[in-house]
Amino acid sequence: MLAFTVSRLLRAGVTILIVMTFAFVVLRLSGDPALLIMSVDAPPEAIKAFRQAWGLDRPVWDQYLTYIGHALTGDFGKSMRDGRPAIELVMERVPATLAITMPALALKIGLGIPAGIYAALHRNSFADRATMAVAVAGFTMPSFVLALLLVLVFSVNLGWLPASGADSPMYAILPIVTLGAAGAAIMARFTRSAMLEVLGQPYIRAASAKGVNWRQVITRHALPNAAIPTVTIIGFMIGSLVAGAIVVETVFAWPGIGRLMVSAVANRDLAVVQALLMVIAAWMVMANFAVDLAYGWLDPRVRASASL
Amino acid sequence: MAVLEAAPTTVAHRRLALPSVSVSLALLWLAMVIVIALGADLLRPYSITAMDLKARLTPPVLFGGNFAHPLGTDELGRDVFSRLMLSIRMSLLIALFGTLIAATLGTALGFLAAHFRRGVESVILMAIDFQASMPFMIIALSVLAFFGNTLLLFIALMGFHSWERYARIARGLTLAANEQGYAAAVRQLGAGPGRIYGLHILPNIASTLIVSMTLTFPEIILLESGLSFLGLGVQPPLTSLGNMVGYGREYITRAPWIMLAPAGVIVLTTLSISLLGDWLRDRLDPTLR
Amino acid sequence: MSGLLEVTDLRRYYKVRAGRGPFAAKALLRAVDGVSFRIEAGRTLGLVGESGCGKSTTGKLALGLIEPTSGTVNYAGAAMPPTGGLEWRALRRRIQMVYQDPLGALDRRLPVGAQIMEPLAIHGDATPAERRERAGAVMDSVGLQPHQVDRYPHELSGGQRQRVVLARALMTEPDLLICDEPISALDVSIQAQVVNLLLDLQDRLGIAYLFISHDLRVVRQVSHDVAVMYLGRIVEQGEAESLFARPAHPYTRALVSAIPTTGAGPRRERLLLQGDPPNPVNVPAGCTFHTRCPFATAQCRSEVPLLRTLDDGREVACHRVLESALQVAA
Repeated sequence: MLAFTVSRLLRAGVTILIVMTFAFVVLRLSGDPALLIMSVDAPPEAIKAFRQAWGLDRPVWDQYLTYIGHALTGDFGKSMRDGRPAIELVMERVPATLAITMPALALKIGLGIPAGIYAALHRNSFADRATMAVAVAGFTMPSFVLALLLVLVFSVNLGWLPASGADSPMYAILPIVTLGAAGAAIMARFTRSAMLEVLGQPYIRAASAKGVNWRQVITRHALPNAAIPTVTIIGFMIGSLVAGAIVVETVFAWPGIGRLMVSAVANRDLAVVQALLMVIAAWMVMANFAVDLAYGWLDPRVRASASL
Repeated sequence: MAVLEAAPTTVAHRRLALPSVSVSLALLWLAMVIVIALGADLLRPYSITAMDLKARLTPPVLFGGNFAHPLGTDELGRDVFSRLMLSIRMSLLIALFGTLIAATLGTALGFLAAHFRRGVESVILMAIDFQASMPFMIIALSVLAFFGNTLLLFIALMGFHSWERYARIARGLTLAANEQGYAAAVRQLGAGPGRIYGLHILPNIASTLIVSMTLTFPEIILLESGLSFLGLGVQPPLTSLGNMVGYGREYITRAPWIMLAPAGVIVLTTLSISLLGDWLRDRLDPTLR
Repeated sequence: MSGLLEVTDLRRYYKVRAGRGPFAAKALLRAVDGVSFRIEAGRTLGLVGESGCGKSTTGKLALGLIEPTSGTVNYAGAAMPPTGGLEWRALRRRIQMVYQDPLGALDRRLPVGAQIMEPLAIHGDATPAERRERAGAVMDSVGLQPHQVDRYPHELSGGQRQRVVLARALMTEPDLLICDEPISALDVSIQAQVVNLLLDLQDRLGIAYLFISHDLRVVRQVSHDVAVMYLGRIVEQGEAESLFARPAHPYTRALVSAIPTTGAGPRRERLLLQGDPPNPVNVPAGCTFHTRCPFATAQCRSEVPLLRTLDDGREVACHRVLESALQVAA
């Protein structure tokens, strides 16, 4: 298990390094980083100072190492808009994003997995078909459309919930539902197919043929095995949460990192964009790491064949 | 990808010779959308900038409106239906080019990885891992922030969505073909790489690639419309389905139809392509046989 | 006079992982470990051995399909050009290959006619009309019907597919055909037909064969000379009839004694091998065969036997081959 953990950690480190390299390459390709980051009307002395601080007058590999060094210490420069360190701006928005994404994740898992198991065990029933129809809708409905439909129904027509802002917990309900609903449908669909796959396996049929209580067959044999592919989907979901938060936070004017990303991109506030990129990359890497560990814990074979 | 491959075992038995009702409806809808996209300039009743100030915020036909503006009008009295047609064209165009770029780029990189192995392959595999480890929306936003936004760059950017899917498929199937079988045999006959990849391997993996394209196409529509909705995709005066929803959002209380019409088109189109893709996968994909 | 194909001290090693995980030790797999042989124009060399002994790798090395770790392959007096280069590709006209699995070796999306004509298209030989004409002639000579030109591989039987592969290989009138288990995937009833076809083609066209097979009966039927491989090395090599009649190496004797015989004729002694061939990553010291050899001595366990030439020109790698106890009554 130790070798497994170490190899996954190495991999996580490599991913972070690749993201940094990506940011460096894109930054260098896009023109003079000094002008881009400092804004065009900055005084020449400031630009010169910036060039020296970031080593832009030195060879590329040197610049690259300097860049990685800065990035590792969380130094991405200052925001163009209010001159505060970019990383600070990003970090203070993280709790707001967690406040809607974590409940949304709970919603996806708490609603999607039971629905999927139920659908698989009652295959071709009305509930199964209904779950699958909703799941297909969840695949094809963009989150901004769902968000606006929810606003239309619950804020405009019924007037039950506020449409935008973050003044009380009530404001979080629509963002959470938007983020969670489509994901829950997708979760249900995959759980169902993972479960059906397992239920078709010979060992399940053998167990039930031996006269083992059906409930025991499900809880002892089917569920643990169906959990393995399901964990992979949860990994994907954690990633899609951040992407989803970008749209949802913007629609509901929720002050998280997603909305910050949109405004930073619109204003080309590159220091903030880079800081966001790193924070999101770290988030993704941690999510993947957690999924890998869960995977190793669930499936002994994965542990045994740990390789880079 | 692994996830998507896990699902089909449960649907394999329902392969049909003829398209089902839902697939036929999907085909019908897609045919209509394509006709609209191709003939938008001829078919649209009004210019998208033509303002009809007397008919501002007219609702659609069945909600108290009239046939002069079947899908209603916006704040300035511009015809929603005409605007919708141009938006459909733009969104489909971007998705089409994006899909083609992704498929071409990914397949080419997959071939390169399988052909040269070693260093080239490691670099490509690393790029695949990177692409798969970050949500593409984030990558796309960063690139837009660094480079600014033009239509050409935007389309090219959409072409980077899911290229890794094609690279994986092309590399995997090429390695299998090179290891044993027809590709090795043709190579042994003295054929050059052009003939091996172009005349033998590509036709053999084409159906798998086409099925993947039915996944990529709706994904790019969703991605493009999401970015355009945020104001970071297609820029005015050009318009796409996402732009329209974003614009209609401002009038959600007074004129929800401005937003609902393009939203409906997005959902129906992506749904139709997904249905079509499932049907194609059951019929075409040799890996399922 | 030099042979058509001359292979000298050919070696091909692969680096493999000895265990699992990122830090596993590396090991060396000696797939082919010092193999030499020659094939004269119009003759057949049979290459026999158990699966995994390196005979297929030897075939690929002889084709130049993979590069040797060391050693040389000479074709018609000239060294094999680097794999994949223009010169190598041009040489494909002269050396062709027949595969074990004809369905796998054919492109299932192309009609067989197009595939038979492909070698000419690749090398830019002849006009399309001439190619079609030649394809017709070659198909006829391998026993395919003219109407099968438009068939797809999956529409043909296994024997017909192998005929297609043969026809494709014959299009450029090669001097050497490397046949890697060409009949082992076919139905028994079809095997004899394909073997007879190969013999007939050799008579008419004077093609040389490197015939790789684990089936000694067939090898005996088609080969002028035979080389027996064990764990990457040739242990015995010589003229086919005398080798089968009086096998010298204990391994050859075991193989020959395992050939099923018809009821008639004197009963042969049975020499049964113990155990399985050792893991090729971990070859035994000394004579690699000593772990399974009933005659092994201390010398066999420590010293590698070299190929030595017997009076009748046969080459054998065995320490005890000249001892009378091992001589077989002829």
